Amino acid sequence: MSEALLSTQNLSCERGYRTLFERLDLHIARGELLQIGGENGSGKSTLLKVLAGLSSDYSGEIFWQGQAIQSVKEQFQADLCYLGHAKGVKQGLTIAENLRWFCSLYPCDDSADAQRKVLEQLQLYRFRDHLCGQLSAGQQQRVALARLLLSKARLWILDEPFTAIDKQGVAEFEEIICQRVSEGTAVILTTHHALQLAIPHRSIVLGAKCP
Amino acid sequence: MSLASACWQMLRRDLTLLARRKMDVLNPLLFGFLVALLFPLGLGPAPASLALVAPGLLWIIALLSCLWATDGVFDEDFHDGSLALILLSPQPAYFLIMARLMAHWLASGFIVALVSPVLALMLYLPSEAMGVLFLSLLLGSASLVCIGAVGAALTVNVRNGGVLLSLIVLPLYVPVIIFGSAAVQAAAQLQDSTAYLAILAAMSLLAIVLVPLAITAALRINVDAA
Repeated sequence: MSEALLSTQNLSCERGYRTLFERLDLHIARGELLQIGGENGSGKSTLLKVLAGLSSDYSGEIFWQGQAIQSVKEQFQADLCYLGHAKGVKQGLTIAENLRWFCSLYPCDDSADAQRKVLEQLQLYRFRDHLCGQLSAGQQQRVALARLLLSKARLWILDEPFTAIDKQGVAEFEEIICQRVSEGTAVILTTHHALQLAIPHRSIVLGAKCP
Repeated sequence: MSLASACWQMLRRDLTLLARRKMDVLNPLLFGFLVALLFPLGLGPAPASLALVAPGLLWIIALLSCLWATDGVFDEDFHDGSLALILLSPQPAYFLIMARLMAHWLASGFIVALVSPVLALMLYLPSEAMGVLFLSLLLGSASLVCIGAVGAALTVNVRNGGVLLSLIVLPLYVPVIIFGSAAVQAAAQLQDSTAYLAILAAMSLLAIVLVPLAITAALRINVDAA
């Protein structure tokens, strides 16, 4: 088995006297896809925030390539692409401006060619100079996905990436994910939608067993 | 992807956004003009009596304009998820926040300083003090904006955080307004105001260096708790 990119040991998290998850040991290696399931309120988003480093309210250890995450924070962040509930798409900027800003913050393939290819793939190229506030919710979600495709991150953490995207778009994006995973990207995602992937993937379900 | 280009893109992004939402910039200025219009009505239009209180009044107007402009400066980034992207970026958040503040200052404190001579004419500030008023606001507004931004970062997750923001921030504004209005007062009385301006500059430099640390920490806590 290849070395884990991201792993956790004894990860537990409580919110307001309620245990969301306890003693969680996760391992995700390159080219793996991990789906996190569970009911609403079972702590999926919280787990993703903890893994991404947005939340420090947990106990246990998180390791990035075998080293404690606090000590390699910079390398970890350079290799991470996080897509949360709030998409991080600026309504007042055009698609091209949004992507340019993102590419200045994260290691990206920011050549004009790459951008054009990604936008065409996501059927956004015609709209590249439209303000994102004028686009539909599904198109805005596609802008967020375009960021993923441009980034060179080796780990994607995606919280409900298919929200508001139409059926065909979901199928297309599933294909893209498969391709990226087979190229070595590790993906952790939550979704209510039943994934139909051509590649093997693992899933865990966060259960609310505790009262 | 370098730090310099990240900061530049941050600045450019915010200035683009501000240019597309001019009311966010104009509202605090309009407020300043309205207040400056009201003072002669309340205090009487005699130039001599207005000139006496003009230095303090002008600084209060500038302070309130800056405070209003700074309320909610991180709200949009917080709610649309851009803040998470900024905090997770491999680029140091400290400098990105500094660029963010720079853009905000250009659109608030700097413009307030630019229009201050017009306000000063409305309140019969002696013309000798005009230059010092402009300079003192240019130097002092940076601390006003920086301190206000700490309050805005702390209250970003609070509904109607405006009142709380004022409670947090106004006591911290006290030294700035004391030295700011003292500088203009001294100039109006034809005295040397260099010392006051130097203190204003020192306070602003200190704020510019330290405040991004506080803001980053406050924003991290709020993103965590959201």
